[in-house]
Amino acid sequence: MKQILCFFAWSAVVVASVFCGVADGWAQDGLPGAIDTGDTAWILVSSAFVLCMVLPGLALFYGGLVRSKNVLGTIMHTGSILCLISLVWVLVGYSLAFGTDVGGLIGGLEFLGLMGVGEEVYPGTGIPHLVFMVFQLMFAAITVALITGSFAERMKFTALLLFAVLWSVCIYSPLAHWVWGGGWLGEMGALDFAGGAVVHISSGFGALVCAMVLGQRKGHGVEPMPPHNLPMTVLGTGLLWFGWFGFNAGSALGANGGAASAFVATHIAACAGGIGWMVAEWMRSGKPTVLGLASGVIAGLATITPGAGFLGPLSALLLGLLAGALCYGAVVWKTKLGYDDSLDVVGIHGVGGFTGIVATGLLASVGGQTGLLFGNPGQLWIQLVLGVASIVFVMVGTYIILKIVDVVVGLRVTPEEESVGLDLSQHNERAYS
Amino acid sequence: MKLVQTMIKPFKLDEVKEALVELGIQGMTVTEVKGFGRQKGHKETYRGAEYQIDFVPKVKIELVIPDDMEQRVIETIVRAARSGSIGDGKIFVSELKTALRIRTGEIGDGAL
Repeated sequence: MKQILCFFAWSAVVVASVFCGVADGWAQDGLPGAIDTGDTAWILVSSAFVLCMVLPGLALFYGGLVRSKNVLGTIMHTGSILCLISLVWVLVGYSLAFGTDVGGLIGGLEFLGLMGVGEEVYPGTGIPHLVFMVFQLMFAAITVALITGSFAERMKFTALLLFAVLWSVCIYSPLAHWVWGGGWLGEMGALDFAGGAVVHISSGFGALVCAMVLGQRKGHGVEPMPPHNLPMTVLGTGLLWFGWFGFNAGSALGANGGAASAFVATHIAACAGGIGWMVAEWMRSGKPTVLGLASGVIAGLATITPGAGFLGPLSALLLGLLAGALCYGAVVWKTKLGYDDSLDVVGIHGVGGFTGIVATGLLASVGGQTGLLFGNPGQLWIQLVLGVASIVFVMVGTYIILKIVDVVVGLRVTPEEESVGLDLSQHNERAYS
Repeated sequence: MKLVQTMIKPFKLDEVKEALVELGIQGMTVTEVKGFGRQKGHKETYRGAEYQIDFVPKVKIELVIPDDMEQRVIETIVRAARSGSIGDGKIFVSELKTALRIRTGEIGDGAL
């Protein structure tokens, strides 16, 4: 037994050394450059900003929207995904997304377990490789966590964990590679500044498949399922908004003019999104609501994400207003279609993300990029390819993963567990006593 | 003795309590309840989805009074709880067999 252990340990050391060697070689081959302390400080802080979007931001945003018997289960979805996907990213995800390109489709395995990812400068930036890795780690975590809104109040916890790991490795990492890691979409010239396709289309359309495959919650459309704590949701909205400055302005990968431009566009679109939704709802149903304002802000943020560094301030304003009204329309339409995307991931992130990707092809004018309205019609076509390819890949992949998870552990809790609530049935605790 | 149960609008609770205390009522029990009468429920809207909420929040006051106070208590509650709009609530009065103070063992009106 001891000999076997020794053998494994020795093998691990050998494999590790090989990876180190390969990765070091790659890093030295990259563009020469020095670490910029300002850039490094900003991206370190931005990474923490994006963490704040996941926990507590998204956990509170979603937690307030569910019924009180499911609030801990919902927070647990986000929290456990943050922890689990961070580890998956360190072990394999980062390498598959940002390792040396293999055929435009996937990254190589040289960064498995962060072998060779160190303090040296990341090519094309002024920040250490480790900082780039941890900034991207937060994106990987939040994307999977966003999906959980579509199957809130009914997913079995073991199924959630298995789904999260498979989805992150098989969908998120390849898509991130296609767009940002040297894959075919990035090579085509597709523009996705901070993740309109990689984060929002992928979570939004993954969510659509989840809602369809898992089916409605028990009593959906028959009994009221109002949010149990809207102030909690508004608190989450504020933290998401705050964190989004790291998400978008941090995606400039430096403390520079591009970051400033993205920061301002992000704030403008968030405000315009809130106003757009509020006015659309006011006109249709007679009352402006707090949840409407909060939802509109998130819709505006999701929609500006792919173009944050490429759109001027007035384009951001226009896009934000449109995003608020359009996402409100999508959410109302969902009610008529009857599928139970419980917390509206599709209507806000899917519709917002796709709108943003297309709008970037129309309105890009800064950051060295131009869209159709600024004399570059080809960009719109590339953006459409980016949007449609992401949707198709994500929907097919998510469907297959759900089927596998269903066979292995089963997707849904039992009807009895569902009516008791996830808090007690999955976690043996209750939020409010 | 009479048992008076009254369902009123929650925001009227303080006014009703003050008025009853002024009348000389020694104690009461208050419960937050939900229900519906002819007012039915109300509509709530979340992200464009309208929910019909059937049960409206009300406050239930229970008090036990000597027979001779019945008329004055009812008049006081009506005066204090009425807003004039639909949903002001109801008063139910019933005969009560007995009342007993646990600490002293007093029975009847003396226990109130």
